Amino acid sequence: MAKELLKVTDLKQYFPIKGGMLGRTVNNVQAVDGVTFTVHEGETVSIVGESGCGKSTTGRAILRLDEPTGGQVEFDGEDLLALNNRQMRKKRKDLQIIFQDPYASINPRQTVRQVLEEALEIQNVVPKAERAAKIAELMETVGLGAHQADRFPHEFSGGQRQRIGIARALSVDPKLIIADEAVSALDVSIQAQVINLMKKLQRDFSLTYLFISHDLGVVRHISDRVIVMYLGKIVEIGDKTSIFDNPQHPYTKALLSAIPVPDPDIETKKERIILQGDVPSPINPPAGCRFHTRCPFATDRCKTEVPELRTEEHMKEGHQGACHYIKEIQAGTHEAKY
Amino acid sequence: MVKPTDILKEEPILEVRNLQTSFFTEKFEVKAVDGVNFAVPKGKTLGIVGESGSGKSITSLSILRLIQNPGKIIGGEILFKGENLLDKSEAQMRRVRGNEISMIFQEPMTSLNPVYTVGQQISESYRIHQNIGKKEAMLRSIDMLKLVGIPSPEQRVKQYPHELSGGMRQRVMIAMALACDPELLIADEPTTALDVTIQAQILELMKELQQRLGMSIVMITHDLGVVAETCDYVAVMYMGKVVEYAKVADLFKNPKHPYTVGLLNSLPRHDIDLGDEELTVIKGSVPSPDNMPKGCRFAPRCPFASEICVEQLPDLEQSEDGNQIRCWIYTDEWDGDPEVKVNG
Amino acid sequence: MFTFIIRRLVQTIPVLIGVTILTFSMIHLVPGDPAQIMAGESASPQQVELMRERLGLNDPIPVQYFDYVSGVLQGDLGNSVRSGRAVSDEIAIRIRPTVELATMSTALSVFIGLIAGVLAAVRRNTFGDTFIMLVALFGLSMPNFWLGIMLIQYLAIGVDIFGFNTGIFAASGWGTWQQQVLPVITLGVAGAAIIARMTRSSMLEVIDQDYIRTARAKGVKERVVVYRHALKNAMIPVVTVVGLQFGSLLGGAVLTESVFAINGLGRFMIDAIRARDFPIMQGGVLVLAFMFVSVNIVVDILYRFLNKRIDLN
Repeated sequence: MAKELLKVTDLKQYFPIKGGMLGRTVNNVQAVDGVTFTVHEGETVSIVGESGCGKSTTGRAILRLDEPTGGQVEFDGEDLLALNNRQMRKKRKDLQIIFQDPYASINPRQTVRQVLEEALEIQNVVPKAERAAKIAELMETVGLGAHQADRFPHEFSGGQRQRIGIARALSVDPKLIIADEAVSALDVSIQAQVINLMKKLQRDFSLTYLFISHDLGVVRHISDRVIVMYLGKIVEIGDKTSIFDNPQHPYTKALLSAIPVPDPDIETKKERIILQGDVPSPINPPAGCRFHTRCPFATDRCKTEVPELRTEEHMKEGHQGACHYIKEIQAGTHEAKY
Repeated sequence: MVKPTDILKEEPILEVRNLQTSFFTEKFEVKAVDGVNFAVPKGKTLGIVGESGSGKSITSLSILRLIQNPGKIIGGEILFKGENLLDKSEAQMRRVRGNEISMIFQEPMTSLNPVYTVGQQISESYRIHQNIGKKEAMLRSIDMLKLVGIPSPEQRVKQYPHELSGGMRQRVMIAMALACDPELLIADEPTTALDVTIQAQILELMKELQQRLGMSIVMITHDLGVVAETCDYVAVMYMGKVVEYAKVADLFKNPKHPYTVGLLNSLPRHDIDLGDEELTVIKGSVPSPDNMPKGCRFAPRCPFASEICVEQLPDLEQSEDGNQIRCWIYTDEWDGDPEVKVNG
Repeated sequence: MFTFIIRRLVQTIPVLIGVTILTFSMIHLVPGDPAQIMAGESASPQQVELMRERLGLNDPIPVQYFDYVSGVLQGDLGNSVRSGRAVSDEIAIRIRPTVELATMSTALSVFIGLIAGVLAAVRRNTFGDTFIMLVALFGLSMPNFWLGIMLIQYLAIGVDIFGFNTGIFAASGWGTWQQQVLPVITLGVAGAAIIARMTRSSMLEVIDQDYIRTARAKGVKERVVVYRHALKNAMIPVVTVVGLQFGSLLGGAVLTESVFAINGLGRFMIDAIRARDFPIMQGGVLVLAFMFVSVNIVVDILYRFLNKRIDLN
């Protein structure tokens, strides 16, 4: 097995809520609450989940874009949270991020060349004399013409702007790229182009991806392993075949069954699990299993006891689910209430 | 030329013929909707699917004549129960909106007025169209909220939109739209802004209400999965034109237009593993509207495009299975690779 | 809402303390000996000493401040050096015209500004819009003392047109409506222009919102869409401007008060400054600051009332 590149242990990210007469911290948004996982060199690990599950917050906390409340982040054997600001800035060369909205993350007054030059200059990886050649090379790499480098971001379409975002991330030869909903805003036909590009770049430059997305179709196509999050906690983790073909956690099952498939034959036959209610607020998350308020299998035990991630006998190695009743549900001895 | 009603088994409640809506900038005219034809069957659902810039949302706004300056409907007919909506006066049109034809929108977060309560906003529909008192309207609003599955509706009517979740707001939008028992509901990307488990709830609710109330639905979406799940017929739009118009089962089993085929192929699916295979892509991107291709709008991106495609715009024609398609490949004039024609 | 008002009131306490410190320091920050200045240049040393004693300037500064604040809390703002009467009485006489003038002209600005702003917004980029905005620009750039003089010339002194004299309003004083019309117009025009521009841009933003489209799709009349659905949202930023406007009119109506010879607070303060009447200046600033803070609280409450999205607790 390839070596561990990123090791996240018990990561916590709480955002304080100020209130009262004196503006004290009256409560916390527990956006991420004790998340543990590893990413190996050269693989793509996806974090999926719905809004408010903490997937983007996890990505930001790893990069220390928001300072995490607790836990460890080890990158390439080094404790990222122990670095001072200057060391962290240097380290960012190895960890790049691509955002959902490429337009918002590129300065609209800079040409693409200036954007890329700035990235190269900050990390100082390429000598000044070679930068022009490097920029031309980068543009070609992401499927844009070198002659387009002197244009401004608004002169590009959404898909092309995302390519620019990728070029900027690539410019410093990173080891890990965190892609935060990187293809979510794109139309299907353009999305496919960008996904293909990302996969090709991974092969060519042996990149490692942490791919954050709500789109399970994209995730299945791009990932090796998948992490499913719900309300700040990991509910299931495993290789992609396990997660998609043999989901164990009731939430993962519901999530997968909720996605409409572009095939009316499957759609009419499919038994859809429709979860009731909304995702509870992360300010006062439910005690016990956080999913119990919506779970068709929940019992009194789920209301008090927090389930740990575990691998039961019928599950593949490395496939873990955080539910008290994985075995019973699999065996059919624990019935759904609806 | 074919009629849009030809493919329906049911009576049409709405028929759109050669609809043209343009936006006028100082330099040029953007033909957002460029001769669109389709029909909506009574009690069933028509899907209009397309990517951004296809004109699907403008089409839906045109039906209710809600196009604002600098946009303008410049031609065509919108026949609702046999009457052309484009001939109606503004006052007559207002009696149609929210009463006979209702609409819900993509962004439940911003589509409700932040300074009025949910109850006030639903009541307004009753008060406009049914001329009833405040109290009675509020009681009916509570009933509507119950109908769309909102718990403790007596309290909810007094709340403001920001106090509700996205899913709840979309339920409120649906309650508001269905208040006056419309015959046609236009849903413009109703679940795009919602999480997938909430989307499942809302789509289920819409299907259930359709069965109960018998209304027809136009479902505007970019999501082919949503089409497969909810629609009976579907019109695929590209650059302001319908390129394929078919029964849903046929479209997914046997897509004909190269754009539809490309769209289906480029969609990564969670239930199919491609392994290390690349996604099949549609090359290039949608041309900018000031640079509209003169022949088939899809020709610059089409893998099969031949000379005639670049030169001349094909018509929407009937294919063998009774569906309609706008593509030279399926005509006698096809001058490209004969293999393509046979294989479709 | 109640806790919000309480909290807002509590927050004003440090502001008011700051204001008392400032007004108190005024007397010490002026170059020279305040007792000498107030007693006048020709005063004898005995007179100056008497003045110093009367003002309590021989006490240590903290004691002086404490005396001053405890006086203020009891409504005692000291006595005018010129007239010898209580500052609170002097101010009470003059505050009514000022507050009335500010209130009436703000009301006029709001009335005209809102209507003009809305009309311009719904006619965006047409002749009507351009015309209204041009008039607003004119109203904004016109010095108001000049406007006052013009109004007096043509509507108070008047000119004869076909045997009818246009001088139907009074040119000076405050009390009857004939006296009030011209100063209210003079003072209200600039505010109306600002509010019109603000309302227009706010309306333009609101009118493109999704919920306006929702209202139209419901079959709501365009007039109702504009006044019921759009205006209430567009008002939210306008309220803040109106509050600031009103606040500045309270203290800044000096020119208008002078032109129309109104015995108001602004003019009174100017006179006090000329006469080096420190207690009057201190009292006036304190009263104005207090009114300004009160207006701000009212605006905040109104703002919260309109903007439901702000969590009241």
